[in-house]
Amino acid sequence: MSNATFAAQGDSLMQDALRRLFLNRATLVSSLLLTLMAISCFFGPLFFNTELDEVFWDFMGTPPGEGGHWFGTDTNGRDLLLRSLYGGQISLTVALIATLVSLIIGVSYGAISGYMGGRVDNLMMRFVDILYSMPFMFLVILMMVVFGRSILLIYIAIGAVEWLDMARIVRGQTLTLKRKEFIEAAHALGVSDRQIILRHIIPNALGPVIVYVTLTVPKVILLESFLSFLGLGVQEPMTSWGVLISEGTANMEGAPWQLFFPAAMLAITLFCLNFIGDGLRDALDPKSR
Amino acid sequence: MIIKRSTLLRNTLRTAAICALSASTLVSAQTLHRGIGGEPGTLDPNHVSGNWEDFVVGDLFMGLVTQDMHGKTIAGMAKDWTISEDGTVYTFNLRKDTGWSDGKAVTAQDFVFGIQRILNPATAAKYAYVLYPILNAEAINKGEQKDLSSLGVKALDEHTLQITLKAQTPYFLDQLTHYTAYPLPQHVVEKYGNSWVKAGKMVSNGAYQLAEWLPQTHIKARKNPAFFDAINVTIDNVTYYPTEDRAAALKRFRAGELDLNYEFPVDQFNWLKKNMAIETRVSPQLGTYYYPLNMRSPKLQDVRVRKALSMAINREIITDKVLKTGEIPAYSFVPPGLGRYKAQELSFKGLPYGTAVKQAQALMEQAGYSKDNPLALQLRYNTHDAHKKIAVAVAAMWKKIYVKTELTNAEVAVHYNELKESNFEVARAGWLADYPDAQNFLSLLEPTPNNYGGYNNAQYNQLMDKAAVTLDPVTRADYMQQAERIAMDEYATIPIYYYVNLNLVSEKVKGWQPNLLDSHRTRWMSLAD
Amino acid sequence: MSGYALRRLLQSIPTLLVVITLSFFLMRLAPGGPFDGERKLPPEIEANLLAAYNMDQPLYLQYFDYLAGLLVGDFGPSFKYKDFSVTELIWSGFPISFELGMWAMLIGLVFGIGFGCYAALRQNTPGDYLVMSTAMAGIAIPNFVMAPILTLVFGVMLGWLPAGGWNDGAWQNKVLPILALALPQIAYIARMTRGSMIEVMGAQFIRTARAKGISERKVVTRHALKSALLPVISYLGPATAGVITGSVVIEQIFGIPGIGRYFVQAALNRDYTLVMGTVVFYGGLIILFNLLVDLIYAWLDPQIRYE
Repeated sequence: MSNATFAAQGDSLMQDALRRLFLNRATLVSSLLLTLMAISCFFGPLFFNTELDEVFWDFMGTPPGEGGHWFGTDTNGRDLLLRSLYGGQISLTVALIATLVSLIIGVSYGAISGYMGGRVDNLMMRFVDILYSMPFMFLVILMMVVFGRSILLIYIAIGAVEWLDMARIVRGQTLTLKRKEFIEAAHALGVSDRQIILRHIIPNALGPVIVYVTLTVPKVILLESFLSFLGLGVQEPMTSWGVLISEGTANMEGAPWQLFFPAAMLAITLFCLNFIGDGLRDALDPKSR
Repeated sequence: MIIKRSTLLRNTLRTAAICALSASTLVSAQTLHRGIGGEPGTLDPNHVSGNWEDFVVGDLFMGLVTQDMHGKTIAGMAKDWTISEDGTVYTFNLRKDTGWSDGKAVTAQDFVFGIQRILNPATAAKYAYVLYPILNAEAINKGEQKDLSSLGVKALDEHTLQITLKAQTPYFLDQLTHYTAYPLPQHVVEKYGNSWVKAGKMVSNGAYQLAEWLPQTHIKARKNPAFFDAINVTIDNVTYYPTEDRAAALKRFRAGELDLNYEFPVDQFNWLKKNMAIETRVSPQLGTYYYPLNMRSPKLQDVRVRKALSMAINREIITDKVLKTGEIPAYSFVPPGLGRYKAQELSFKGLPYGTAVKQAQALMEQAGYSKDNPLALQLRYNTHDAHKKIAVAVAAMWKKIYVKTELTNAEVAVHYNELKESNFEVARAGWLADYPDAQNFLSLLEPTPNNYGGYNNAQYNQLMDKAAVTLDPVTRADYMQQAERIAMDEYATIPIYYYVNLNLVSEKVKGWQPNLLDSHRTRWMSLAD
Repeated sequence: MSGYALRRLLQSIPTLLVVITLSFFLMRLAPGGPFDGERKLPPEIEANLLAAYNMDQPLYLQYFDYLAGLLVGDFGPSFKYKDFSVTELIWSGFPISFELGMWAMLIGLVFGIGFGCYAALRQNTPGDYLVMSTAMAGIAIPNFVMAPILTLVFGVMLGWLPAGGWNDGAWQNKVLPILALALPQIAYIARMTRGSMIEVMGAQFIRTARAKGISERKVVTRHALKSALLPVISYLGPATAGVITGSVVIEQIFGIPGIGRYFVQAALNRDYTLVMGTVVFYGGLIILFNLLVDLIYAWLDPQIRYE
C-alpha cells in the first residue's frame, strides 16, 4: 500500500516535471508564433509597395502565385496577403480589447454578485438576464448612433455585450468558493470583502475564466464580422479576418484560397492562444504554487 | 462505387417521396420544384411587393391581361377589349369559360371588388399608386374621396368591365398585367376577412390554387380545374421554396432537389459556366443600376465634377471583370429594349478609357482639385457582396481623378433611410421596371419620392408633363427622349449597368423562355423525363 | 427549494417587463423603419400604412397598446410576413428549432464532457492534444463555413444526405443541421470540462478520495465530475436558450423553417412586432434556463444555499 503510494507519487513528480517542461515548450512556441503573427500583421504591410485599396485589374480573383501575389487576390483584384495582414490588425485588436473589456466587467461583476449573495446577487443576476434578452443588434446600432462611428467604440461595444457568460461563470465559481474554509477563515480574520474578492475569490476562479477567455476570442472576432455586415464594423477598404472569411465562404469552390488563408491565420492565432491559456492557467493556479 | 450506390439510394428515396405525394392525386402527376429566392411576405395580391412573391401569386391569380412565356402582354381573363378614341375608356369582355378554384364564375364584380379593395386606405396597400391613372383612384386612396363607387371601374354586366382613366395613359394595358389589378374572390374575402389568404380558405382564378403554405419551408400549389386553359397546363403540382441563401440553393439544385431557381451565387459564375453551362441562364432585364448624385451637395453642383465622376468609371471593367455575369454597361438611364423609345446616351460613350480619364482629370483640375487637394466624397451602399465590389472598384477608378472616396455600407433599412433623408453624397441605387415604359425610369428624375438626388430641371419636368398627356406614341417618345437627353447632358445621375436576369433552369424543364420582365408562369412549362 | 423556484418565477414578470420596455424604445429609436425599402413610398401610402399599423399615434400610446395586447396573449401581426401573426410564426418554427437544438445540445453534452474528461485525465499526452486540437478546430471554424462544407461534402459530392430542405422533418434532413449545431457545442463543452476537470483532479478532496482507495473510475464519476461540471452548467443556461431558438446561418444554409432567422431578419426588416415577439420569447427562455441552472447548481453543490 505504502509502496504503491510512494511509487505513484514518484511517478507523478516526474510526470509533473516533464509536463511542465513540455507545457512550457508548447506555451513558449505558441507565444513566439503569436508574437510573430502580431508583428507581421502590424509591421508587415510596411514592406509592401502596394496599398490596401490598390486594384490589380489584370489579376482579379487569381490564385496564389500569379502576378507575385503569394496569397492570390480577392475578387476585386486586391492582394490577399496584404489584406489578410491588415485584417489581422483589426481582428487581433478586437480580440484584445473586447476580451479585456469582457474580462474586467465579467469577472468583477460575477465575483461581487456571487460573494454578496442574497438580494444583491439576485438583483445583479436579473440584470444579466435582462441584458441577455435585449436585441443585441439594436443595442449596437443605438450605441453607434449615440457615440458615433468609431472603431474603438465597436471594440468596447463587443466587449460590453460579451461579458454576460463570463459573469455567470465567475458567479457560479464564487458561490462554491465562498463556502470554503479558507474564505471563511479570511473572513474570521477580519479581511475586508474587497480583499477577499481580489485576493482569494478571483485567483481561485481563474481556471475556468482563462478557459472561457480562449473561447471568447473567436466569438468576438466573428461578432465583429457581423457588425461589419450591418455597416457598423470596419468599412472598406479596411477589412478583418471575420470579413475575409465570410467573403471567402461565398466562393469556396471557385476560389478556395480566399477562404483558406484568412481562415488559417485565424486558426493559428486561436491555437496559440489556446496553448498560452493552458500554460497561463497552470502558472496562476494557486494550488500548484 | 460508393457515389454510384448512394445516388441510387437517393433516387430511390426521391421516387418514394414523389410516389407518396402523388398517391393522393394522379399516378403520373408532374411536380415542379421551384426556388423563388425568398420567403413571400404575403400571398394577398393587394399586398404583394416583390418578384419572389409574384412567382407564386402570378401562378395563382390572373388579371384581365397576362403575360405569355416571352413576357408579352396577351389576353387573360378578358377575351377581348375596346379602347375609346381619346384613350380613356377601356371596355373588357370577360371570358365565360373560366372560374375560381371553388367552381364559382369569375365576374366583372370580382375585378371591381379587387381594385376597390386595394385602393381603400384601410387596406394600406403599398403598391396602390400603380393604379393612380384610373379615375378617382388617387383621391380614394388618399382618403379625400370616401365614396368607393366613384372609382372609374364599373361592372356593366356580369361579364363586361369598364375602366375609365383620369387621362389617357399609354402604358395602362401593360400595367393591368400587374398583381395590383388582379380580381379577388369577393365571396371568400368577405367571408373570412384578412385570413382569406390562408391555405384551405384561399380561392384563386389562375392556373393553380394554393394547397399548403409552411412558412420558411415551402408553398404547394395544385392545378385549378376551373381554369379555362387547364387542359394545356401540364404541370400538376408546384412546390415553391424560399431559397434565400443562393449558395445553398445552388447546392440543392445540383443535388436535383430543385428544377428551377431564381438567381444563383454570382461569385460562382465562372464555375457555373464551366460545369453547368446549359442550366445557367443569363438574359437582359429592364433595370438600371445607378449611382444617384446628391444635387444638394455643393461639391456635386459643379457639372464638371459630375461629368468627371461619370467619365472615370470604366463600366466595361465593372461588367466584365468585377461582376462577370453578363451585365451590360449602361450609358443611359433608360435601359434599351423599350419598343420605339430610343435611350439617350452619355456624351463620352465610345471614348477610349485612357482618353476619358485624361479628360476627366482635366475637368477636375478646372474645378480646382488636384493630387494634393483631392475631392473627399462619401459613397454609400447597402450591404451586399456585389454592391461592395462595385463600390471598391469605383473608388479605385476615382482615385485617378483626385477623388478620395470614403466607403460607407449599411443594412438596407438604414441605407434607404439615409437616402430618403438626403444624407449622402453618392449612393448606390437600382430600379427595376414596374411596367415596360421609359416613363417608369424617367419619373425618377422628376420631383417624386424616389428622386433621391433631388435633380430638378424645369425644362425636363415640362417635357415629361407634355409626354404624359400626349396620345401619339411617336411624339410621346420624342418628348421623353428630349428629357433624357437633358438629364444625360447634365450628368444628373451615373448609370452603371443594366440588370440581367439570373436563373438556374434544369434541362428537364421545357417551356421556360428568357424575357425582359423575367416573367415565368408555370402554366407554360412542362417537365421532360 | 420550491419556494425559491416559485419566487424566481414571480420575479420573471418584472424582469420581462423591463426587457420589453427597454427593447421597445431601443428598437424604435434605431434609424430606419418597417416601410423603408428599395422604393420610397408616396407620402399618402405611407400615411395609410402608419394608420393601419397604429403607428400614427404617439410612441407611449403605442407602447401601452402593445402591453395591453400582450396581456391577452396578442403579439400582433408581423409587418413583413403579413399573412401570419407573430404567434403563428413563432409557434410554427419553434418546435423545429427546439428539436434540432435539443439534439445538438445533447450531443454536445455527451461528446463534450466525454472528450473533456478524456483529455483532462491524459493531460499533455498526444491523446489530449489530438482531442483538444479537434475541439479548437470546432471553435475556429465558424458555422457559416462549416455548414456549407458539410452540404458540399455529404449533400453534393457524396450524395448521402439531402443538401438542404426540411422535407416534413425526415431524419435525413436533420442530420447535417444537428451536426453543424452540435460541433461548436462539443468544442465549447469539451474545453471547459477539460479545464475544470484538471483543476478538480488536483483538489484536496480528490486526493483524499484516492487515498481512501476508491477506484479511479469512481473518483472521476462520483466525485470529480460533479464539481468539474459547475462552470459548464453556468454556461449551459444561456447556451441552451440560444441553441434551441435556432441559428439564422444554419437555417438559411439548410433551408430549415426554424425561428433563428427571425432574430436577425426581423431586426433587419424593422419588423417591430416580430422583433418584440422574439425578444419576449427569448427573454422568457433565458429566465427559465438560468433558473434551472441555478437549481441544478444547488443540487450539484449542496453547500450553496439560496435564501
